[in-house]
Amino acid sequence: MRRLVWLSVAAAVAIAYPLLLSSPFQQRLGALVLLYAIAASAWNIVGGYAGQVSVGHVVFFGCGAYAAMGAYAKFGLSPLFGIPGGIVLAAGLAAIIGVPTLRLSGHYFSMATIAVAETMRLIVTNTEWLGAAVGLSGPAVPRNIFDLSFLSSLPYYYLFLAILVITLLITWWMTNSRMGFYLRAIKDSERAARSLGAPASRTKLYAFMLSAALTSVAGALYAMMFGFVDPESGLGILISVKILIMAALGGAGLLFGPLVGAAILVPLEEISNSWLGGKGAGLTFVVYGAIIVLIARFQPGGLLSLLTRRGKSKTDKGAGHAP
Amino acid sequence: MSFVLVQVIAGGLLLGAVYALFSSGLTLVWGMMNIVNFAHGDFVMLGMYVAYVVYTLMGGGPILGAPLATLVLATVGIVVYFGLIRDIMKGPMLAQILGTFGLALLLRYSVFWWFGANFLSMPPDIVGGTFAFAGLRIEASRLLAGVVALLVTLGLHLLLTRTSLGSKMLAVAEDATAAQLMGIRPDTMQAIAWAIAAGATGLAGALIANFFYIVPTVGETLGIVAFVTVSLGGFGSVPGALVAGLLIGVIESLSGYLIGAVYKDIIVYVLFLFFLWFRPQGLMGKM
Repeated sequence: MRRLVWLSVAAAVAIAYPLLLSSPFQQRLGALVLLYAIAASAWNIVGGYAGQVSVGHVVFFGCGAYAAMGAYAKFGLSPLFGIPGGIVLAAGLAAIIGVPTLRLSGHYFSMATIAVAETMRLIVTNTEWLGAAVGLSGPAVPRNIFDLSFLSSLPYYYLFLAILVITLLITWWMTNSRMGFYLRAIKDSERAARSLGAPASRTKLYAFMLSAALTSVAGALYAMMFGFVDPESGLGILISVKILIMAALGGAGLLFGPLVGAAILVPLEEISNSWLGGKGAGLTFVVYGAIIVLIARFQPGGLLSLLTRRGKSKTDKGAGHAP
Repeated sequence: MSFVLVQVIAGGLLLGAVYALFSSGLTLVWGMMNIVNFAHGDFVMLGMYVAYVVYTLMGGGPILGAPLATLVLATVGIVVYFGLIRDIMKGPMLAQILGTFGLALLLRYSVFWWFGANFLSMPPDIVGGTFAFAGLRIEASRLLAGVVALLVTLGLHLLLTRTSLGSKMLAVAEDATAAQLMGIRPDTMQAIAWAIAAGATGLAGALIANFFYIVPTVGETLGIVAFVTVSLGGFGSVPGALVAGLLIGVIESLSGYLIGAVYKDIIVYVLFLFFLWFRPQGLMGKM
């Protein structure tokens, strides 16, 4: 019951935000928070719930962004029509990375995701057809509503809000399905889960593919809002970092963790960028690095776990930290 | 034609020896503590910048830069061990990966912030220019790097297999509790392992700084190279890292020469993924 009250308050705030704080900067900020919350929630499925830390998630983001812009730049279609292509591409790539690496220890998976992301960035940077280092652009002037090209951030805000709600619903549905039970068992002890008959590799793979598909949607939305994609904005390692740190800061493996992380970090970055200008870029990531180290060292469960697990944290910690 | 190939292979072997040197640091901590340092490549980057600062501030070449970089990085290793690794080692996998990955960002962007994103480089004649050897043209800086790296890597192997310190470290790797009962302090041994591992990256960084481009993000590429080397050679195996490092150096040079410089990184990454598919235990390792 209390949960329902909180949810309705959060929903009311989310719907009213761009109407109450209606300057272009504030609306854009809100849209960006939601966009990163979508990407971080998608990461959460494999990184939080399945416990497989992908550090190259930008590659799926790039699949979506390039598919959306490619649909326009190469075929003259609305970027919207690129989304299914991006989803298929991302899920297929996830299978190619996941099949060999999810059998191995988690480090391999993390490193393989970095290697794939970097490979893709290098390949795309050297591929004329994909615009090489310049990238691809979307429609400069919208031809009709389906081009989803707006000057104001307001339509994007509500579009992103809807997609975020869908993403969270999928996540919630997954955690309560058989797959969610398997994932929790695997995360606690893969060996025990396997011996009880949980198909560990397959479940992790499905989680990874689902996460990749949703991340590609976030990438497509990002490209539509900004109207272009290039190797840095679509496949740069720093996007992976942002996605990962938002989920981890809020709470990996918690439904609303990524949203909380995005709501803290996106404004922080936007404000520090507008204060410090280009020079702030390096400093922002110094701070990000420091935050990640501090979370890992002191609060691996993220900020939200402070609230939700206060009651049983003693027993949890005892079990989790036993050597 | 074939003569050029020999030249390319020789260059690859010399660079590969440096890869082997810093990868043996990664394999040491990975094999001993089952923790992967995602900041390993950035340690090498720090070593390069230490050598660069030594050159620009004091005008010293590698004779001064290499020992200093080794010392600075060994200290960094010890600080990182006691400040971060000791605590996240026992935590969940997420904390381990996040911890060292965050450290990588912290180091990379602190350097970026301080020095900027420009490509820096040392003067080409810092070690003594280029000379001809049996018809091959070899840069003295590359020869120095290759030979020193090879010797130090072999020395590291002897340290681990032939000395009492090495035996103690292996004992801790095998079973920390049992080692503790035998009067060996796991904490001290693991701190020493981090000092050695990070010191090796410092030395490697100072050695390649003489001919490599110096840029804050170079650690990312080198980190992946180290990871590929260790996966190929098998964890915890310094000889494995040596063979794999030399092999990767040669493959990289050859593909750079035959296909194009842009694609040499791609070849190494693809090779890594190929190995993950077909031989995840590495060339010599067992699962």
